[in-house]
Amino acid sequence: MSDATTRNGECSCGKNRQKDTLVPAVGIITDIRQETPDVKTFCVNAPEGGKLFSHMPGQCAMVCVPGVGEAMFSITSSPTNRECQEFSIKSCGELTNYLHTMEAGEEILVRGPYGNSFPVDTELKGKNLLFIAGGIGLAPLRSVINYVLDNREDYGTVDILYGSRSAEDLVARKEIEEVWDKKEGVNVYLTIDRPQDDWKGHVGFVPAYLKELEFSADKTALVCGPPVMIKFVLEALHEMGFSSRQIYTTLELRMKCGIGKCGRCNIGSKYVCKDGPVFRCDQIDELPDEY
Amino acid sequence: MFKTEKAKLPALLEKIGEARDLIVPVLRCGQVNFELWERESQADLETLKTSKSPKDVFFPQSETLYSCIRDGKKISVKAEELRDRPFVVFGMKSCDVKALEVLDRVFLDEPADTYYQARREMGTVVSLACREPEETCFCRAFGIDCAEPEGDVAVWMTDASLYWKPLTEKGKALTGLVEDLLTDAGESELDEEKENIRSVCDQLPYMDLSLEGWNPESLQEKFDSPLWEELYRPCLACGTCTFVCPTCQCYDIKDFDTGHGVYRYRCWDSCMYSDFTMMAHGNNRTSQMQRFRQRFMHKLIYYPANYGGMYSCVGCGRCVSKCPSSLNIVKVIKKFAESSGDEGRGGVRP
Repeated sequence: MSDATTRNGECSCGKNRQKDTLVPAVGIITDIRQETPDVKTFCVNAPEGGKLFSHMPGQCAMVCVPGVGEAMFSITSSPTNRECQEFSIKSCGELTNYLHTMEAGEEILVRGPYGNSFPVDTELKGKNLLFIAGGIGLAPLRSVINYVLDNREDYGTVDILYGSRSAEDLVARKEIEEVWDKKEGVNVYLTIDRPQDDWKGHVGFVPAYLKELEFSADKTALVCGPPVMIKFVLEALHEMGFSSRQIYTTLELRMKCGIGKCGRCNIGSKYVCKDGPVFRCDQIDELPDEY
Repeated sequence: MFKTEKAKLPALLEKIGEARDLIVPVLRCGQVNFELWERESQADLETLKTSKSPKDVFFPQSETLYSCIRDGKKISVKAEELRDRPFVVFGMKSCDVKALEVLDRVFLDEPADTYYQARREMGTVVSLACREPEETCFCRAFGIDCAEPEGDVAVWMTDASLYWKPLTEKGKALTGLVEDLLTDAGESELDEEKENIRSVCDQLPYMDLSLEGWNPESLQEKFDSPLWEELYRPCLACGTCTFVCPTCQCYDIKDFDTGHGVYRYRCWDSCMYSDFTMMAHGNNRTSQMQRFRQRFMHKLIYYPANYGGMYSCVGCGRCVSKCPSSLNIVKVIKKFAESSGDEGRGGVRP
């Protein structure tokens, strides 16, 4: 029998015990930015002010609207953002559609942070970094990018390749052009799928643009985007001489608990909610093909 | 070790039931299941297996986690109270007691599930040795001895006597409650009874099922096996196996909107269901073959990989008797053993 049964019959635990991790905190939406026609960024604070919790880049949190639903979202803001936590959310399901109808000042429920993070303070330190994102896939990477830019001396060169369907679908475009692109030692490469009149930049899919750019394989790549983009980006990176150990990505599966107990988000013996969402590609290579 | 006359069983239950919440197997509408004892309850400790496992004593089929009220833009959250009253569950078999250990590793692993943890702390488990294990039983394959049950107190019922052996501090505390009914007994008085139980086991067809080859190292090989495609076909995706299983722990968290507020409750779920892994952007297990494979890979490969080699099956055999398509873990294990091409390895030993 386990330790749990060794306590004697009568006891009054439960009274002063900490709340269960499945019970969320109340958060207030303090600001909403319309990023693209179907993506909004929600800034969330504790109702009494300040942040709900501290997190590391790549971690996620469960966002719930009672009576509507609950789902896991990556935290878009960097831990270096001292004001709030941000979630960039694409309207694509019941909960996300509802969130898009909400206004600043309304409350939601949040629990977390959950999962592991990009190894910003260990494996990534001192490395030349190549960020590759597609569409809403910028959300988890934005957290790392801002963390890296705010601790600039700890990292080498920074290249950011980001693509979307159209110019209007580029998330955080203002920040990309006005902040990231202006930083020293940071190169930003934007691309959109099809040509349009007001776009003077590159046109084409992310994997093709990646090959054109001919990055040297001395970098560490962080990749996030739709599964099909990830697939072709990984192929391209391997062709360019990157090993699986130089590539990080995030996985996303259905989740309910966020703590590896509800049995839903496993790939083989790994739970994406607790062992992920960040995986190095050589770790993914060892998983059965079911994601 | 203590004992009493078997005829004193009702008095024993009454004594416990008056002092604590007592949960026992009860016959109701032709089925025996664990439920709260009341004076008029038809406690049934003769039936070998309850239809459902007693896991819902600790992990209820449905339970509210917290409730919330929305008032304009504001939301208030109230967490459900944790169990803080001691209770006794009487008559759990060796396999079902072992299943708690399987659940413990998941639910008590950090961060602990406090709802489950509180019930484990408040609950005293009185186990009961199996007198006549059935053909569907295969606990021994998982190293479980149904003649020597674990728990806080172990009980044996022979033709004339009831033997009572406290195993933990909680068990000793409960013994204090019923000591008026008990007299001292010698451990050796049970030797014959235990031998009888074990010799019944020797005759059962699945008891010596071999699990050779089911280990974390063979994850990829087992996952890629073409046998799943053949094995899953009769599966109706009804989820019965997962609901009667004492170790299945998958759950869903849902809303119940009362009109005045929302209860967030959790309920058992099943990896056999097509919407189990479905989300807005897709589903990583789109076929029943994948879902069927998930269940057995979890019990025999993934769980052992995460928890020091322990299997997430205890051989209770409920899935063997309840599956409407006669599919079960024994069939899976035997099929893999047969096709391993080596007659001497795996499967049921001669």
